[in-house]
Amino acid sequence: MTINAMTAKEVTKMVMNKAALFILDVRNEDSFRDWKIEGENFDYLNIPYFELLDGVESIVDKIPTDKEVLVVCAKEGSSIMIAEMLDEAGISASYLEGGMKVWSEHLEPVKVGDVKNGGEVYQFVRIGKGCLSYMIISDGEAAIIDATRMVDVFIDFAEEKGAKITHVLDTHLHADHISGGRKIAEKTGATYWLPPKDASEVTFDYAPLEGGNVITIGLTAINIHALYSPGHTIGSTSFIVDENYLLTGDILFIDSIGRPDLAGKAEDWVGDLRESLYTRYRELSEELIVLPAHFMIVEELNEDGSVAAKLGTLFAENHGLTITEEDEFRKIVTENLPPQPNAYQEIRETNMGKMSPDEEKQREMEIGPNRCAVR
Amino acid sequence: MEMSANVILDAKGLACPMPIVRTKQAMNNLEPGQVLEVQATDQGSTSDIKAWAESTGHQFLGTVEEGEVLKHYVRKASRHDSAETKHPHVSDNEHLEQKLAAVEKIVVLDVRESAEYAFNHIPTALNIPLGELEERANELNKEAEIYVVCRTGNRSDVASRKLTQLGFTNVTNVVPGMSQWTGKMEKL
Repeated sequence: MTINAMTAKEVTKMVMNKAALFILDVRNEDSFRDWKIEGENFDYLNIPYFELLDGVESIVDKIPTDKEVLVVCAKEGSSIMIAEMLDEAGISASYLEGGMKVWSEHLEPVKVGDVKNGGEVYQFVRIGKGCLSYMIISDGEAAIIDATRMVDVFIDFAEEKGAKITHVLDTHLHADHISGGRKIAEKTGATYWLPPKDASEVTFDYAPLEGGNVITIGLTAINIHALYSPGHTIGSTSFIVDENYLLTGDILFIDSIGRPDLAGKAEDWVGDLRESLYTRYRELSEELIVLPAHFMIVEELNEDGSVAAKLGTLFAENHGLTITEEDEFRKIVTENLPPQPNAYQEIRETNMGKMSPDEEKQREMEIGPNRCAVR
Repeated sequence: MEMSANVILDAKGLACPMPIVRTKQAMNNLEPGQVLEVQATDQGSTSDIKAWAESTGHQFLGTVEEGEVLKHYVRKASRHDSAETKHPHVSDNEHLEQKLAAVEKIVVLDVRESAEYAFNHIPTALNIPLGELEERANELNKEAEIYVVCRTGNRSDVASRKLTQLGFTNVTNVVPGMSQWTGKMEKL
């Protein structure tokens, strides 16, 4: 019998719908501990495939019969083998098509709202890694913000929507994933904007994005106002779109705040981070809808799969925004840091254009969970 | 680096899970203590072979990258790898470390397989795998102060007794040996 393949898109739907799923992850224990498919109602069993080569009898009892079962591995080969062995033992299970490799690259577009005169804002949820990119469409033109390296997804999506990509922006120089911004700009002829303070070492031409810049999308003028908000990096810039959405990059997330140490300057930047979060953002309307560049835990997803909340809500509920003492703030964001993302130095150099790794290498560099926040 | 394996398995071009499936099959045909070299191109094979070896009790020695090819070295578990020493002259790792630090005129003889030696050994150590000791004993001076090491003290015990039989007069078995060695080490 052929084994059923479940696609990353189908699993993403299950995450967003908070569906129940039993995941048999057959990668080795280190890989599983580091990074796995997260779902609020997912249960897990991790047994490396190489411990099951003589048979699956030892785990048959541990697999529930009242839930859908998905076998997951790094690239799919081992999960097919184990799913077949389970099938022979009378247990029906699917495997994840393309394994964690494809899971890491899957982007799910979710509409987060409208802009004036019929425009739309889409969030591209990279569910396996927690990266969030955005596309703003208005009057046949599109702007993309914090694009990931799966550039065809963005280009095809804009084409489906009948929009021409005219502006590509990065809120900062990313350290956790490889930006697709420059490539999209090259392929479409769009302008690629980067904050100049993050771009002092880049090897390519870009348009310098500075606080006060206004970028217009579509004839009806949807404006993107740049707001300088350093702290995660020295150049980090937020955007206010259509006077309604606040794109915070890696400065402010739904349930956490940005970490200041990925360029090795935690002590220097902690003051900037506090200034951005506690002064500059405080001057903005609390009605703005915050659209961050990452989520850390699936609990941050809304019912519809989007990641967004009102700024006022975050001022009340985000524990990174309610630390009154400056010393305590300094301590929290410099001393409690999670491990740095996999290969973050190489990723930074790639985003500066100093390195041009092939696709396989890029994939490998991005492996693992997102770690841009202090929680 | 130069090292010999008893069996070479070609798993190049195979995707996961096949490199491990083949490794497991090949291992069944090895004698305990022998070394398998697995040649693979699947990047994921490195961490998987290591984890597989640990879970099965085999000894993962290390990986060498040659261009696109990854060469993994695994030594099959011996039946009795724990040390029950019989050679009368026994010393411990600390003692040998002190001897080396004092630059005394001693010979450190490492009787592990060449692939084990290649990935880590005491800088001045001479490598003669246990299986070759009898024919290569003439490379050594019978009066020299010889300290014999292996991974856990077992093979070095056999080697110490063999050397004594062959007329060597000053042979000491070092226990436990390289598995716990904290002193200086180098790779080939």
